[in-house]
Amino acid sequence: MTTYIIRRLLYTIPIVFGVLLLTFILFNLVGGDPAIEMAGKNATAETIAEIRAEYGLDKPLFFSWDSQFINHFKNALTFHFGRARDRELIADKILRGAGPSLSLTVPMFFGTVAISVSLSLVVAFLRGSRWDTLIVILCVAGMSLPYLSFILFGQYFLAYKFGWFPVFFSPDLVTAEYIALPVIIGIVAGLGGNLRFYRTVMLDEMKSDYVRTAFAKGLSTKRVLFKHVLKNAMVPIITQVVLAIPFLFLGSLLLERFFGIPGLGYLMVEAIGSRDYFVINAMTYISAVLFVVFNLVTDICYVLVDPRVSFD
Amino acid sequence: MTDTATVPSLQAQKGRSLWTDGVRRLRRHRLAMLCFLIIVLYLSLAGFTYLAEIFDWDVNVVKWSEEVGESYQRPTMKHPFGTDIFGQSVLRKTLYGAKTSITVALCASLISLAIGVPLGAVAGYFGGIIDEVVVWVYSTLSSIPYILLILAFAVVLQDKTFLGVKITGISTVYLAIGLTSWVGICRLIRGEVIKRKQGDYVLAARSYGCSAPAIIFRHLLPNVFHIVIINFSLRFVGFIHAEVILSFLGLGEADRPSWGAMINDARIELSRGVWWQMTAATIAIFFLSLALNIFGDALRDSLDPKLRTR
Repeated sequence: MTTYIIRRLLYTIPIVFGVLLLTFILFNLVGGDPAIEMAGKNATAETIAEIRAEYGLDKPLFFSWDSQFINHFKNALTFHFGRARDRELIADKILRGAGPSLSLTVPMFFGTVAISVSLSLVVAFLRGSRWDTLIVILCVAGMSLPYLSFILFGQYFLAYKFGWFPVFFSPDLVTAEYIALPVIIGIVAGLGGNLRFYRTVMLDEMKSDYVRTAFAKGLSTKRVLFKHVLKNAMVPIITQVVLAIPFLFLGSLLLERFFGIPGLGYLMVEAIGSRDYFVINAMTYISAVLFVVFNLVTDICYVLVDPRVSFD
Repeated sequence: MTDTATVPSLQAQKGRSLWTDGVRRLRRHRLAMLCFLIIVLYLSLAGFTYLAEIFDWDVNVVKWSEEVGESYQRPTMKHPFGTDIFGQSVLRKTLYGAKTSITVALCASLISLAIGVPLGAVAGYFGGIIDEVVVWVYSTLSSIPYILLILAFAVVLQDKTFLGVKITGISTVYLAIGLTSWVGICRLIRGEVIKRKQGDYVLAARSYGCSAPAIIFRHLLPNVFHIVIINFSLRFVGFIHAEVILSFLGLGEADRPSWGAMINDARIELSRGVWWQMTAATIAIFFLSLALNIFGDALRDSLDPKLRTR
């Protein structure tokens, strides 16, 4: 197993290299030099030069040991992201935002998986009935509504009109209070697509011979669903769960923006507003590294749940 | 007449192609045909808006900026969706928004197909180092969360000038979406080409001296074209939703109405009880997405039943 993990880790090197190359092309070559914009309208040449020196933009792009290209890689691999436009250390900003973001996305993630997998088992149980058709229609309808509408209407009705939840984040609220509504909205908004996917997975398994055998030997439907179908459906479920992680990021980005939660999504929206390439660059890199790590975890999970997949 | 008697027997011998077969199956699906009608309606609305703008027709859609009443007027018979802060008709803005959204989704699709399809086909056909480079590029792109990637591209491309063309507003949106979303189709086409390049018809083409580009573009791609169509119709929804989010974040169209910009306005309006702008934009997006979702699924089922599980 160790050799397998090492081999998979080696495989991630070109990916991380590619991500860094892409962010360099985007932010340093295409994005260009933000110094003039940062210095403001009435800046002297000295101020602009100072800003350039501060952010290392005065160095040559390539062909030097101290070039922007080499520094880009060096800084990213050592996780030194320097300062944002407002002179605060990007690492501090990210560490500060990680807490609120995690407290929002972790319950959302587990809630989504638990609810959609268990509902899909219920739907698989109801297959072919009128309820099944109704649920599928509702799923497609839910997928067709824009994410923003879920958030805006949810916030307006549940928090503002009925007053069941606080409308905005405020520092004196307990975490559970201010994340409750965003988590619910996040789960409901993603339910349509997830449920439809898991339903297909479960129904595919229901067609298999081993399910027919299990029914034939007189097992109850409950036992077949939970003991046999769920176990065999684990591989596509794990794949889908990992694929859902990037979408969680979108959810937290918009939800944090609307509910004023000072997390990473909020940081990102702010950075877009002020065109802070430094912060966007750091966020892109970190999320790509996280994604690569999650992928590795998935591959290990495959081996754990499915004995047919081997470490070779 | 003798002619009519011979025609059916000739047709029976000819057999049906994949396409006629697929279209025939699709025609039987009544809900899918209804959805197709809705999609055509949206498309013709967008096309009509273009024509009206070019030829300066005197129709209400292009006069969205006109002040038709007081600020924040409730929905009435005359203005079914009320008015916005400037007293502009929300209905006209919603109809105009169809043009913005459909332009973005079409251009983004064309860009992503123009990159993804040839790249996937070439990688699959030649294999070796070319394949490895293409796979490396798309693995890199797909390891960055999709929305973050689009945002990064949009922020960098906004207000930049390339080859004398300034990228602003709507073109930022479709460039950012198009340049980042070709990975899925590239992966699919590569897989299909790898599967089919050992087929007899490819072998036959090679044996009579067909060049590699001719084999790829004349023989292989037409045979995987239904995958392109299916992917196109299913991805369209995603592009429309992405446009809404980008416009909402201030990276999209700024001077003309778009559904995303309308939702962004609604963020402040809702707390004042102004719900009609938000509702109008939601309804417009909902019906287009619903029609595209159902039609895309039906299209996939009738053109390629093997893909059904996904």
